[in-house]
Amino acid sequence: MTPRYRALLAAAGFLALMLVVVALPGLIAADPLAADPFHVLEAPSGAHWFGTDQLGRDVFDRVVHGARHSLTIAVAATLLAVLCGVLLGMLAGLSHRYADEALARSFDALSAFPLILLALLFIAIAGTGPVSLVVAIGLATLPHYARVVRAQTFVVRQAGYVTQAVAFGHSRTRLVVRHVLPNVLGPVPVLAIMGLGEAILFAAGLSFLGMGTQPPSPEWGAMLSEGRNYLSVAPWVSVIPGVIVTLTVIALTVVGRHLQRRVEGRLA
Amino acid sequence: MIVLRRLGAGLVVLWVAATAAYLALLAAPGSTVDSIIGDGADTPLIRSQIVQEWNLDRPALLQYLDYLWRFGHGDLGRSYLLQRPVRDVVGDQIWPTFELAIAAALLGIALALVLALTTRRPWSRRVSSTAELVLVSTPPFLIGLVLLSVFSFQLGLFPVSGDRGFAALILPAITLALPVAGVLTQVLRDGLDRALEEPFVVTARARGLRERAVLARHALRHALLPAVSLLGWLCGTLLGGVVIIETVFGRPGLGQVTLQAVTSEDMPVVLAVVVFSAAAYVLLNTAADLALLVIDPRLRGSTS
Repeated sequence: MTPRYRALLAAAGFLALMLVVVALPGLIAADPLAADPFHVLEAPSGAHWFGTDQLGRDVFDRVVHGARHSLTIAVAATLLAVLCGVLLGMLAGLSHRYADEALARSFDALSAFPLILLALLFIAIAGTGPVSLVVAIGLATLPHYARVVRAQTFVVRQAGYVTQAVAFGHSRTRLVVRHVLPNVLGPVPVLAIMGLGEAILFAAGLSFLGMGTQPPSPEWGAMLSEGRNYLSVAPWVSVIPGVIVTLTVIALTVVGRHLQRRVEGRLA
Repeated sequence: MIVLRRLGAGLVVLWVAATAAYLALLAAPGSTVDSIIGDGADTPLIRSQIVQEWNLDRPALLQYLDYLWRFGHGDLGRSYLLQRPVRDVVGDQIWPTFELAIAAALLGIALALVLALTTRRPWSRRVSSTAELVLVSTPPFLIGLVLLSVFSFQLGLFPVSGDRGFAALILPAITLALPVAGVLTQVLRDGLDRALEEPFVVTARARGLRERAVLARHALRHALLPAVSLLGWLCGTLLGGVVIIETVFGRPGLGQVTLQAVTSEDMPVVLAVVVFSAAAYVLLNTAADLALLVIDPRLRGSTS
């Protein structure tokens, strides 16, 4: 077994574990809000695997329950970005020259901003909170998908089967839904898996800045931010949720890259 | 010629950015008057004075043209919150951020060059690739917190927060530079790999050049092309990164101004930062195009 394959297995295993944790956090962790004033800022031990925080809450329980908050935001944001990105990219790719040019330029203009500034601009308008975070991240990452799908649409619209479908006199809707859409989607799933990792980092960053889930709800970025004040005495409170974020993103990247290589291998 | 066309396209991006920013201002909830009053005294007289002073009673289109006109003259409006010209608010804070971004960029680029050129053997290459993957996947604030925890709290080598000279710059710059180095190393390494398969490398080796010289003098120039095109991305990453890094390290700067403006709905300041970052991106992308012309002579003739 090559190291690459072992890494892939580990990554897939970790993601499967994350799925279980998101679906049934109560299965492996106790109440994430239960405070215990007699056990404050305790180091990791047998009783508290990840230690306790400033209110005596178990960090392991909070990390497990936090998975649902953090990952739901990232998944929802990625879905939003993929959905809108595919629609807009296809619209641009199928439009006449000027409409396409206008759309393509606005994707470019959006890409000119740092993602986090775009998200902050949206949050400044719409206010803070998880929903606003989802839309902010979705909007900021949308141009990425739209550009890829637009380029793909250009390839597909030249393809023989599309010309043939036109010659058969199929309706425009049928043409787009049955022939164009399935064929432009090719690179999207792999992009979305990699994009999900980016969205997780992003959501954690914005939550860290206090723009997302508010305390006491457990969320990885917010936990990091809360634990920051105790960094000198209890680094585990903030470092452990951060490490979990990192592991999740690494796992997604490893799986994404593997899929990418397989897709490219098939095309070549 | 290509520079002029580039600058033209850049101006369009800036205009789109300014317009989008203006639309965002209109879309912001609550009336502008409320935002300006903030927690201050609220009477009908004061309200009408504000409307007068900020020209809020004129048609939206005229306000937009007026905004573009002032914008073109470098007047970015006044901060609702601080009651000072936005240019001064942002201008005061640009230097610490600029310092941090430049230090991080130089460090990140140097690190990427060293790593990509030195880790060519299978074993060192695997270690370096893993490190890159970890760096790229780690939230920047976690890198910052870990560095703070180890070097400031445990070892006491660097100040914990603030902007006090060079020592306070080191940890934030490293934090910002590491993810940059992770991405750049990957791109450079891929570029080197591809370049090493080209026929000119065989020629260079046949001439008896040592492997190091082949890498540094021949392959590197080709590997630089995709990396230089990332200059615009780099600018965005650094500008976005400072928002978080400045919070972690308690440094003053553009990031702090942005955060404060976002939380207090001080739209003119938010817009100024957004437009500023678009301008920086356009500038760096143009610079990247020029750099490509310098690096790759093949591009010079073909564009006209």
